[in-house]
Amino acid sequence: MDIHEHQAKEILAGFGVPVPKGSVAFTADEAVQAAEELGGSRWAVKAQIHSGARGKAGGIKICSTTEEVEQAAHALLGNPLVTHQTGPGGKMVNRVYVETAVPISREMYLGLILDRGLERVTVVAYAQGGVEIEETASADEAVTEVIEPAVGIQPFQAREIAFGLGLAGPQVKQAVAAITGAYRAFRDLDATMVEINPLVVTGSGDVVALDVKMSFDDNALFRRPSIRELRDYSQEDPREVEASQHGLNYIGLDGEIGCIVNGAGLAMATMDLIKHAGAEPANFLDIGGGASPERVANAFRLVMADPQVQVILVNIFAGINRCDWVAEGIVRAAREVELKVPLVVRLAGTHVDEGRKILANSGLEITSPEELGDAALAAVHTLRKKTIKAAASKGQS
Amino acid sequence: MSILIDETTPVIFQGFTGDKGTFHAQETIEYGTRLVGGVTPGKGGQTHLGLPVFNTVKEAVRATGAKATQIFVPAPFVADAVMEAADAGMELAVVIAEGVPAQDMMKVKRYLLRYPEQYRMILIGPNCAGVISVGKAMLGIMPGHIYEPGRVGIVARSGTLGYEAAAQMSKFGIGVSTSAGIGGDPINGSSFVKILKLFEEDDQTDAVMLIGEIGGPQEAKAAHYVRDRMTKPVVGFVAGLTAPPGRRMGHAGAIIGEAGDTAPEKGEIMRAAGMKVATSPADLGSTMAEALSG
Repeated sequence: MDIHEHQAKEILAGFGVPVPKGSVAFTADEAVQAAEELGGSRWAVKAQIHSGARGKAGGIKICSTTEEVEQAAHALLGNPLVTHQTGPGGKMVNRVYVETAVPISREMYLGLILDRGLERVTVVAYAQGGVEIEETASADEAVTEVIEPAVGIQPFQAREIAFGLGLAGPQVKQAVAAITGAYRAFRDLDATMVEINPLVVTGSGDVVALDVKMSFDDNALFRRPSIRELRDYSQEDPREVEASQHGLNYIGLDGEIGCIVNGAGLAMATMDLIKHAGAEPANFLDIGGGASPERVANAFRLVMADPQVQVILVNIFAGINRCDWVAEGIVRAAREVELKVPLVVRLAGTHVDEGRKILANSGLEITSPEELGDAALAAVHTLRKKTIKAAASKGQS
Repeated sequence: MSILIDETTPVIFQGFTGDKGTFHAQETIEYGTRLVGGVTPGKGGQTHLGLPVFNTVKEAVRATGAKATQIFVPAPFVADAVMEAADAGMELAVVIAEGVPAQDMMKVKRYLLRYPEQYRMILIGPNCAGVISVGKAMLGIMPGHIYEPGRVGIVARSGTLGYEAAAQMSKFGIGVSTSAGIGGDPINGSSFVKILKLFEEDDQTDAVMLIGEIGGPQEAKAAHYVRDRMTKPVVGFVAGLTAPPGRRMGHAGAIIGEAGDTAPEKGEIMRAAGMKVATSPADLGSTMAEALSG
């Protein structure tokens, strides 16, 4: 789960990481009020969306008057912001963060990640931070420390990073506080990523976290209610939100063949097969284990709600699932919602004969190949026939 | 003797008396697994499915000599159950549950390092289908009847793709010695390399089918292990060719975030290491047939 910059900064500040003073605003008026309360004469008005690369996309505006703050907030709020990480639709800006703009003398990078190879939290720092670090940084310039989970980060490790970044004097102490604070926040709140980019040295020589991103482990949210509350549904695909409420795992894509599959691996493989057969999948959808007819019916509604979907491919290899339940779900959904697109259903595994029987007796027009490869080919073939037919009827009219 | 389990392995269930535990314990017994009891804290002394229930794993081990455990507790309690099993001297623990926090797994893996390698418990999962030694024993949730006994090992992240591989191979008359899941999480109890090593040493396994997916360095490590250490042929497949970057594809670990995370990159590393790689998931069986004939 991702959170906004202003939330991440508030969290890190609580762990002793120095951040600039700021305040969140949902309207232009609130933004002006925030700037007035902060005082000073330079503010940054920052669009709060779940994406990086906001600065380059025009989502961060430096203002010298409260009129400029109002204009900036007015321009950002209520409009989608498109960055190279959001996709072409962008993400809606519903709040801005008004922050005291600090003069910057140096930009660095500090990241904490869950290193899958080492199975440890790793701290990675670069002496040169800022925009497009992903492209410009090379691994041999990285200063890294691997944290032993039984004892957590040690002060010497934070010092090694601080000195590795070329810091000196009181900055070392400030950087150590930032690094150890970021680690403790990571560990205590079940984060999967903390990124401070840039970590800056200000004009007055202080070390400050200027931009912060945090992600959290979905599997640990049950024990982090304060983090769970920070979830902002406006930053997520509404179909994916709906799917998760039905116990389904859905990711919307751009193709024309809707997929309903059990198991994440088989779901990915089914999408791959569609691609191999020359078409594109409309979605990833895993119905999970032990799926009831109800859950399967919900999966159908979700996939059919996508206007791009021309054919639906169901691929089930049941272990703890049951093919007869899946078949019942299909029949139920087809009865309740008008099935406007052709259906290809491949069933295998637990109770496969019962499942096939239910489909055969349903009166629905269903292609049901037995093999995985044939299922994808049938779906793509059906799509082609439909497209040709549509083109032909268009030609006649 | 196949790997990890066989018909002689004495097995207990942790979370024995719950609905899920009961259902899968019955399936496990039906498949021929030597289930000797179970653990549910507070229900020690009772009998369930005709088998003794214990309060702690240590008591169960003392009374039954159990060597393997199937852990059927909810995800938040998995770490505790795994550490209890390790501390009681279990040789193998299998966790099916999805949703174990990554930091719990970090803690568990660190805890297991307390034991010298020759005594260290092997953890399979979490978020996997378990282990089946075909025709002998099963600790998992797979549909046992789709597996034909034979001499090819399967190791897979995904449960369902593991079933798919077994079903496709059986069309070519190729059977399975053991199929083990490593799970779809970012941190796994056992790595691909660990399972490959067991298959390499197993005299009843002639070849291995390795099914990976996007995200993480494990497939590449496995490929290097195959190149440097294995004499048996290994066929690979990597799911997620069409997965968009930065999106979690169902499995907590299936996400393209770093260099080397994509399916084509992993496939290429496998090929460069001398493995045969199935480009399509419909070709798992035929690619293995080719590997065995060549």
